[in-house]
Amino acid sequence: MAVDHRQHHLQFVRSALAVLTSPLQRLAQLPVTAVDWFSETFATRRRLRDDNDALREANLVLKARLQKLDALEAENLQLRNLLDSSIKVGERVLIGELISVDLDPYTQQVTINKGSTSGVYEGQPVLDAEAVMGQVVHTTPFTSRVLLVTDTSHAIPVQVQRNGLRTIAVGTGRTNQLELPYLPINADIRQGDVLVTSGLGGTFPPGYPVASVSTVSRRAGEAFPHVLATPQAHLDRVREVLLVWTMSPLQVLQAQDQARSEEPAAATEPVPAPAPGPSGAQAAAPPAPAAAAPAGKPKPAAHGRTPAAGTRGTGPKPPAPTKPSHPAPAGGGAR
Amino acid sequence: MTTALTPRRGTAVIVLTFLIAIVLAVMPLPEWARLYRPPWVTLVLIYWALALPQRVGVGVGFVLGILLDTLTGTLLGQHALPLSLVAYITLKTHQRVRLFPLWQQAVFVLGLLVIERLLRMAAMGASGRDTPGSEFWLAAVAGALLWPWAYFVLRDLRRRFRVS
Repeated sequence: MAVDHRQHHLQFVRSALAVLTSPLQRLAQLPVTAVDWFSETFATRRRLRDDNDALREANLVLKARLQKLDALEAENLQLRNLLDSSIKVGERVLIGELISVDLDPYTQQVTINKGSTSGVYEGQPVLDAEAVMGQVVHTTPFTSRVLLVTDTSHAIPVQVQRNGLRTIAVGTGRTNQLELPYLPINADIRQGDVLVTSGLGGTFPPGYPVASVSTVSRRAGEAFPHVLATPQAHLDRVREVLLVWTMSPLQVLQAQDQARSEEPAAATEPVPAPAPGPSGAQAAAPPAPAAAAPAGKPKPAAHGRTPAAGTRGTGPKPPAPTKPSHPAPAGGGAR
Repeated sequence: MTTALTPRRGTAVIVLTFLIAIVLAVMPLPEWARLYRPPWVTLVLIYWALALPQRVGVGVGFVLGILLDTLTGTLLGQHALPLSLVAYITLKTHQRVRLFPLWQQAVFVLGLLVIERLLRMAAMGASGRDTPGSEFWLAAVAGALLWPWAYFVLRDLRRRFRVS
């Protein structure tokens, strides 16, 4: 046990065993799959129509927002170019599905159906449709285990969206609560504030919503306020998750350098045409990678791989706050 | 007993009951019921160690524990160590416990389950996790309450397929 906890020599043993036991997982999942199948097969026409309507509406709203986003993204890139600062972090996503298997009830973890064969790596951020869910802590070829942000051994660097105040959100072991133990008593934080990832620590990409502050209590005579937040991800209900590949600014620069040495022509303008160009071509490739890939056609695939490899190097021991093995010291004291 | 002399039979039944127990142990349950999930694998292990001590023992307990550890994502050994100990105690006492009336057996099983939980709690504490609250012990009680039922089912299975 100590060997497994302190060092990581047993990782491959674990992976091998996990491959052996995966049929059992499938078996345990069977009832849930069956129920899903039934409810999908025997859905009423009316319900389907209602669903369809709701989705169409949502789609319309999202499309309208996307139009604005495209314009904003182009503008952002231009401004950053003017400032000559590092370009936006590049991202690639993959959709994974939760495997309905109960893990130890005293850790907040879930299993998903994508593993290292799909390029998933340890330390990879996992999101749902609303917000950040957690990070991958163990991968096998076909499945991986995700530590949720609410686990007691998980801490995530966040930022208050309203005023940019940076702090760390620590899990409490309950699916609907995070704690912010490291705030001074006079910190400007209120109920309802939205916490987004700050990008410090390098594990999570900056700017994704994490939680909203639910209670702030300042008691006279105490040095720290007692701040609790509710995760915005539906940690207990979600079925599909997004796996994100991020590139740190350094990696982006490296990729840029590579691109420069490969195609000197593109060197003068690292962020070329595709972004500003609106309309048809843009609509065909909506998500972020369009903005991320600085140079022409062969790049996107390579980009996908570079960050994975790069982060795997530093993966098992990510920098300071997001270390998944020990809770932050103040976590126990505040409770 | 003459079982030591007779050839081994019904390995498939033993393996199958263990597999079913493992699947039950990771089967998704509604959130409120998760804490009361009886330790199926431990119950089945106790039964077979009582009924066939010459076949099911500490080694089987250890292997089962490792499988459970990988399935539930706990530290390797967090299930294996308690299960080995439970198998050992059962082996040491099986001749007495077999003669107990059923309710007394249930009390014995409760003791074993509590020991198992104690060891798991120690492992959790040693690896820096929060120590769980009082609801942690409810699973042991649920397991003990289920013992008579598990006992009858497994005994009928054993007789039916003449596992020896």
